[in-house]
Amino acid sequence: MHVNKLRLFFAVALVVAASACGGEKEEAPAPPPNAKRVDQSKTGNVAGRVMIDGTVPANPRLQVEGDPYCSGQNPTGATGESFIVDNGALENVFVYVKDGLGDYWFDVPSEPVKLDQHACRYQPHVLGVRAGQKLAISNSDDTLHNVHALATANREFNKGQHVKNMVDERVFTKPEVMVHFKCDVHNWMHAYVGVLNHPYFAVTHDGGKFELKDLPAGTYTVEAWHEKLGTQTQTVTLGEKDSKELNFTFKTSAASSN
Amino acid sequence: MIWLNRYAKVVVASTLLLIGAGGMVTSTGSGLSVPDWPNTYGWFMFTFPMSKWVGGIRYEHTHRLIASTVGFLTIILAVWTWRVDPRAWVRRLGFAALGAVILQGLLGGLTVLLLLPPAVSIGHAGLAQLFFCITITLALVTSRWWTAAGAAPLNDPILRRIALATTVLVYCQILVGATMRHIGAGLAIPTFPLAFGHVLPPEWTPAIAVHFAHRVGAVLVFAAITLTAAHVWHWHRPQRDLVRPATLLFILVCSQATLGALVVMSGLQPIVNTAHVVNGALVLGTSLVLTLRVVRRTLQQPVIGDVKTSRRAEVPLLEKDLREVRG
Repeated sequence: MHVNKLRLFFAVALVVAASACGGEKEEAPAPPPNAKRVDQSKTGNVAGRVMIDGTVPANPRLQVEGDPYCSGQNPTGATGESFIVDNGALENVFVYVKDGLGDYWFDVPSEPVKLDQHACRYQPHVLGVRAGQKLAISNSDDTLHNVHALATANREFNKGQHVKNMVDERVFTKPEVMVHFKCDVHNWMHAYVGVLNHPYFAVTHDGGKFELKDLPAGTYTVEAWHEKLGTQTQTVTLGEKDSKELNFTFKTSAASSN
Repeated sequence: MIWLNRYAKVVVASTLLLIGAGGMVTSTGSGLSVPDWPNTYGWFMFTFPMSKWVGGIRYEHTHRLIASTVGFLTIILAVWTWRVDPRAWVRRLGFAALGAVILQGLLGGLTVLLLLPPAVSIGHAGLAQLFFCITITLALVTSRWWTAAGAAPLNDPILRRIALATTVLVYCQILVGATMRHIGAGLAIPTFPLAFGHVLPPEWTPAIAVHFAHRVGAVLVFAAITLTAAHVWHWHRPQRDLVRPATLLFILVCSQATLGALVVMSGLQPIVNTAHVVNGALVLGTSLVLTLRVVRRTLQQPVIGDVKTSRRAEVPLLEKDLREVRG
């Protein structure tokens, strides 16, 4: 009797553990029949910049000394990447069409999006990927990392990469802005991945610029997301072959809007 | 028996060290720095190279190694107790400790594989304290103080009740604290002593509620321990076997309240946070020792010369135990 109960306990524990470890490969959704496609000859663009207004918070110094390899890779020390600002222009802001696309269907690119761990940082720090598209996560460092994706709409996972040049491919099947990636070995390592079911997203670089290309005519809600400053949304109406400028300004006095 | 008792004390100390190591894992956010279990990045746990103990791995892997050591020590404790101790309930308690430490290991593994679900992590934290209590009980009941039955009988039902209630209350408080840690509510109320400048939080979320419950629990625990200690000081002042744990308990709860405040004011500084966890275990353990001593002496049969009184019927188990121990 007791032996049977013990066996049952271990069986349940194994099933739970197996279900936790399994399901690494998730299938992308198939297009519905009669899917509506964008007419590329009539599309327009939305472009702009993201600025920051007010005193820019200092990025904290990172405690990379916990790993000699990481110290060696950052001999002059390292600071966080939350506020990359160039003449008031804010980088690492994820800008995307939040609403207004209706029931368009977009094919998922076969090329994977790359997320690398280099010099004990995630590179890039902010990126976007399509739902159903492969995300290739690699380790270019000669030290161990664990890739911990704290997804909520998608499945959370935690995978160790203990050998240099290891690559793992993952697929998020559901839109989610943003999936927070962290490394629990090096607690300063963070990345943010926006998962969308359309291609209209960008990350600000080089003067806080972004561009959303090949949008069909329509009225859209565009959101700008920053890891510390929260989100801002604006509405833009785009005609056929139209171009619109859209600028966002985050104020540092307000921690978050929206 | 004396060597078994000494060994049991070593297990108690090792368990406290293990609780501290586990506290550092949670406090540094390193719980998932080793994603696999029971292996470590594919290595057999004991062959994982020291050169790879970097960052959060140091805390998590050290915790696993100490846990394995405590597990091994507990196997020896259970077998030793089984072979040496004549009391059936003590022998069973030894194997209860072994069962608890095995279950604890499984819970630790599961919480890693399931990515730290709060329910499993809280269970892991709660069982750690129960295991600690079992090892303390084993150390106490194998001590000369317990087996020699030299202490005078005690007839203080009030003390028995408040000491037991205090121990249960402390354990409940630890569970609330574990819940607070594992749902990430340690700074849900970031100000101390007031909550956002008020006695009661002006707004409520589940995290704020759990955090506030822990603060209310702290007040209740402090009051219960003060009451228990005051009772011992007032009514049992000459009895050092009661006054010592009561005094230590009061000192520990004062330290615990201070550490709790420092945890918030330091913004969850890992060492302060872990000290709060370890000291909490000491509060529980000391309260348990006081309770067990009171129970033991309450059940102690009064001895007048060699003639035993009519209280025999009240303490059949212990009387039997004493005969077994005395041979």
